[in-house]
Amino acid sequence: MRFVRQALAIAAKDLRAEMRTKEAWNASLAFALVILLLFSFAFEPTAEQTREIAGGLLWLVFAFAGALILNRSFARELPNDCLDALVASPVAPAALYLGKALASFLLLTAVELVALPVFGVFYNVRWTAQFWPLMLVLVLGTWALTVIGTIFSALTVNLRLRELMLPTLVYPLLVPGLMAAMQLMTPLVVGQPLGPELYDWLKLLAGFDIIFTALSLALVETVLVG
Amino acid sequence: MTALSCEGVWKFFGDFPALRQVSFELPPGACLALLGRNGAGKTTLLRILAGLSRPARGRVRILGTDARHETTRRRIGVLGHGIGLYDELSAFENLRLFASLYGAVDPAGTALAWLQRTGLEAVKDGLAREFSRGMRQRLALARVFLHEPSVLLLDEPFTALDDRAIAILQALLAEARTRGATIVLSTHQLREALELATHALLLVRGRTAYFGERTPEMAADPAWLYRHYGES
Repeated sequence: MRFVRQALAIAAKDLRAEMRTKEAWNASLAFALVILLLFSFAFEPTAEQTREIAGGLLWLVFAFAGALILNRSFARELPNDCLDALVASPVAPAALYLGKALASFLLLTAVELVALPVFGVFYNVRWTAQFWPLMLVLVLGTWALTVIGTIFSALTVNLRLRELMLPTLVYPLLVPGLMAAMQLMTPLVVGQPLGPELYDWLKLLAGFDIIFTALSLALVETVLVG
Repeated sequence: MTALSCEGVWKFFGDFPALRQVSFELPPGACLALLGRNGAGKTTLLRILAGLSRPARGRVRILGTDARHETTRRRIGVLGHGIGLYDELSAFENLRLFASLYGAVDPAGTALAWLQRTGLEAVKDGLAREFSRGMRQRLALARVFLHEPSVLLLDEPFTALDDRAIAILQALLAEARTRGATIVLSTHQLREALELATHALLLVRGRTAYFGERTPEMAADPAWLYRHYGES
């Protein structure tokens, strides 16, 4: 119970701070919308081929927009040595990690929920037709991105080139999860149901989330303290 | 029973040994002045004691357990170089957050009590970033002391404090000593430190040059320790 309270306190603190500065939110949302707009100019949005790559395109946008949020996750603790104050406090490192991951997850999900209708308009797709399966994939894929991004945000927080290092380290590891999310998103976002041939991708994505969440929880103390 | 023990602690940054075989023990209620020139290893040692960094070799025990043990951290108060407070949160939100993390039964009540104690109750809803330096320092002191720690680890606590914050810090330290808290304070302000201290530890290039009880000579002449044990 104490663990959950600590994690929620950290998440609430991060969200409150972000709502006041809107640093990560503004950058991430603006980036997502601009990329969607540019792609709609670059390709013929109504072409069948473009609809086939819709899932991949969306997840690329989410992955890059996510990096802007995840970079801030632990970097937010640097001014005034707040990370030291947290690590020295009785917060379980796993609770600290989970709280930060939860805050980033909620922020990124909010960006995605704004970007999806914009995507629907630009590309003329009925993305709400498979709303709940789409939300399931969105949640699983966003958690995959968040769980890896948050642990690497902790790992790179003291590096001078952390804005560059985070995506460089995160994206290669994220490939299986991102591929699964892209495969699953492609039919759903154009209003088609998930076929049984895609169930293995769903299992892969869920497994990816579970494995990397467990690994991150186990490693976070070492990452933070050494 | 020792409140704090350090056994043969080494710490390397790359190949450079920042701490070399540092050992000492402090009884409960002791106040250690951790002295040394810049780069002697004071902050590195304090970070290891606070569980913020692990020694390459050796062992640290605080109140009989590992410094990273959750119950131990609940009883430690750490003040580093930074104030450890969030600029985007109000004074009240900052203290409520830390009161909650330290397991206070009533985090909001604890936060309000400490805002009153540090003279910040009138600006409790002001964001920390809008505070003057002195106000931020007082808020930082409230954060460190709000859970009534049994062990205090303070890195240059008197540096850049205004007179009001110094008075608050001195009162809090006196109160902590009355309740039997063990204090380690690293400082360049020898006179203040040696007046408070029961013990002194002088680090020279990461080695223990002196560890022992503070003697009357040290209190009378703060430079005495450096003259006898420091580098020429």
